[in-house]
Amino acid sequence: MVERTPFLNFFTHLILFIGFVFCIAPFVVVVIAASHNLKDVNDVPMSLLPGSDFWVNIKTAWTTADLGPKLLNSFIMATGVAAGKVIVSALTAFSIVYFRYPGRMLIFWLIFITLMLPLEVRIVPTYAVVANVLEPYQAILDLTGISWLIEKVSGVQVQLSLGLLNSYSGLILPLVATATGTFLYRQFFLTVPDELTEAARMDGAGALRFFIDILLPLSRNNMAALGTIMFLWAWNQYLWPLLITTDQSHAMAVTELKQLIPNVGGIPEWHIAMAGTLIVMLPPLIVVVLMQRWFVRGLIATEK
Amino acid sequence: MASITIRGVKKNYAKTQVVHGVDLDFTSGEFVVILGPSGCGKSTLLRMIAGLEEISDGEIAIDGTVVNRLEPRERGCAMVFQNYALYPHMSVAQNIGYSLKVAGVPSAERQQRIQAVARTLELEHLLDRKPMALSGGQRQRVAMGRAMIREPKVFLFDEPLSNLDAKLRVQMRSEIRKLHRRLNATSVFVTHDQVEAMTLADRLVVMNGGRVEQVGTPGEIYTRPASRFVATFVGAPAMNILEGTVDLDGLSLLGGSRRLAMARAGLPVGTKVAMGIRPEAVRLVAPGTAGALDATVDLVEELGAGRVIYVDLDGAPFSVMTSEAVHPEPGSQVGLRISPDDMHFFSSETGARLDVFKASVPEPAL
Repeated sequence: MVERTPFLNFFTHLILFIGFVFCIAPFVVVVIAASHNLKDVNDVPMSLLPGSDFWVNIKTAWTTADLGPKLLNSFIMATGVAAGKVIVSALTAFSIVYFRYPGRMLIFWLIFITLMLPLEVRIVPTYAVVANVLEPYQAILDLTGISWLIEKVSGVQVQLSLGLLNSYSGLILPLVATATGTFLYRQFFLTVPDELTEAARMDGAGALRFFIDILLPLSRNNMAALGTIMFLWAWNQYLWPLLITTDQSHAMAVTELKQLIPNVGGIPEWHIAMAGTLIVMLPPLIVVVLMQRWFVRGLIATEK
Repeated sequence: MASITIRGVKKNYAKTQVVHGVDLDFTSGEFVVILGPSGCGKSTLLRMIAGLEEISDGEIAIDGTVVNRLEPRERGCAMVFQNYALYPHMSVAQNIGYSLKVAGVPSAERQQRIQAVARTLELEHLLDRKPMALSGGQRQRVAMGRAMIREPKVFLFDEPLSNLDAKLRVQMRSEIRKLHRRLNATSVFVTHDQVEAMTLADRLVVMNGGRVEQVGTPGEIYTRPASRFVATFVGAPAMNILEGTVDLDGLSLLGGSRRLAMARAGLPVGTKVAMGIRPEAVRLVAPGTAGALDATVDLVEELGAGRVIYVDLDGAPFSVMTSEAVHPEPGSQVGLRISPDDMHFFSSETGARLDVFKASVPEPAL
């Protein structure tokens, strides 16, 4: 039931307005702070009238933190995560929904469990694996005594090693392997009418053909929604990039913001830090604006 | 063009059996309609022919080749689905041509064949549209085009007209019939609509509860129903059934209030028999006429061309269809004249047709 009285209208608008102010206020403060000079930004209380140094601050932030290559790094990483996620999710959901094979439910639940094990929980083992991707295989060889046997027989010591620290693959792959997208796709695939699958079978399309020709085009909206969410999520990652990128050449924009934050006892250049924040905030904002139409449709509408 | 042979085909879902050993032969170029109430296994049978359902037992052969283990695409069947199942993201042309694309037919030939099919179905001006922008009848035609373009040996129709409005249904019905006459491909059409079934079929298969009740031409099915189920399922309004018991020199109906004098034909006294009479075979006469049954009118349904008169015959509901200009008032008395030739008899136990009786005119019990 939708009730419409002037009082309720006013009340709901009031609540919405308060919520809006809460959301937008920090952002406004950031924009204003980024436009002050060093003196004004450290006034207590800080003037809420915009200053005139906005572009100067942006430029300083850009050069100080060397944001150009870092934004590019962030962009590559976030795009990689979003694309990887979309591909992996679509494929796993396709397998779970459209095929009957032994262990299907087991695999389903294994994927489900990853929801309860976010990266932060398994960060130490994940780090170990990324540091040497072949580590688990080495462990298997050691435990089963195969490496001992090889050493005895040929005198060669088995030492498998493939490190992904300070690489895009190392940044991207661990973030791709989670279950959220699989479930989004699973729900969508379940809404695709069975008759469509059967029509494709009658038309002679095999499983892969059906996936590429029918399912993928139909799930465009889903793809956009998942891609957008994952791009934002990956862009905002802090802990993982911080942990595995020791080399400046692979540093992320978000983690590098720290460089702009004044140290204790240093010059309190908060206006520069705020300007840097604005720069780093911009790309995800653009993505959301561009993808919004698809994004909303993908999350709410079930197109038949 | 292909013949279809179905031998002892069964279908089980987990523990429930939905098709119980069906044997059928469809000759090449025939238009067969499978008719039955929902849940009788008719769609399942069709889907087993198509290859969309696995066959639990028995075998299906198309043109002499057993197809049990073949994929749908290898069977040479094309299917029109109830909800059309058009690919929503493809244009009409892409929908029709998809099977050719999958089969690797070169683009030029594909376009040519799409054009040819579109011309036949009068879809030429719609080729660039998406299914969303089509009306129900147009979608139906696209679905038929998608089946036609492969020039299949066998056409399968799974209740393709049930989503259309009444007028369009009649129109599409005759179009399907014309199309069949031209293509002359073996067609199997599943429906629960008896008018559709009667008008389309060369031969009609009536199914009930996973079994075939009767196979025959629409005329045979109507005039000589093989079972009580077929008798009451085919024909509208449904055939009247009066329960009776065999006595010494005839049949006592309606708990003894009416009786039929006739030869017992070897049936023991006390055998339960059902007598059926089609509403359109009953003649209305003045009440009290000799040899007629008197009944009280309950309700009159005006159909324009005729009327269905529901009467109460000693407590049993009975219907009469007449095209005569009679308008009896509810509550008034009418006489019903029934000719012995129009009577059907069925065993009350098995429902099977009994042709042993030669009945006389039913008369009031003494």
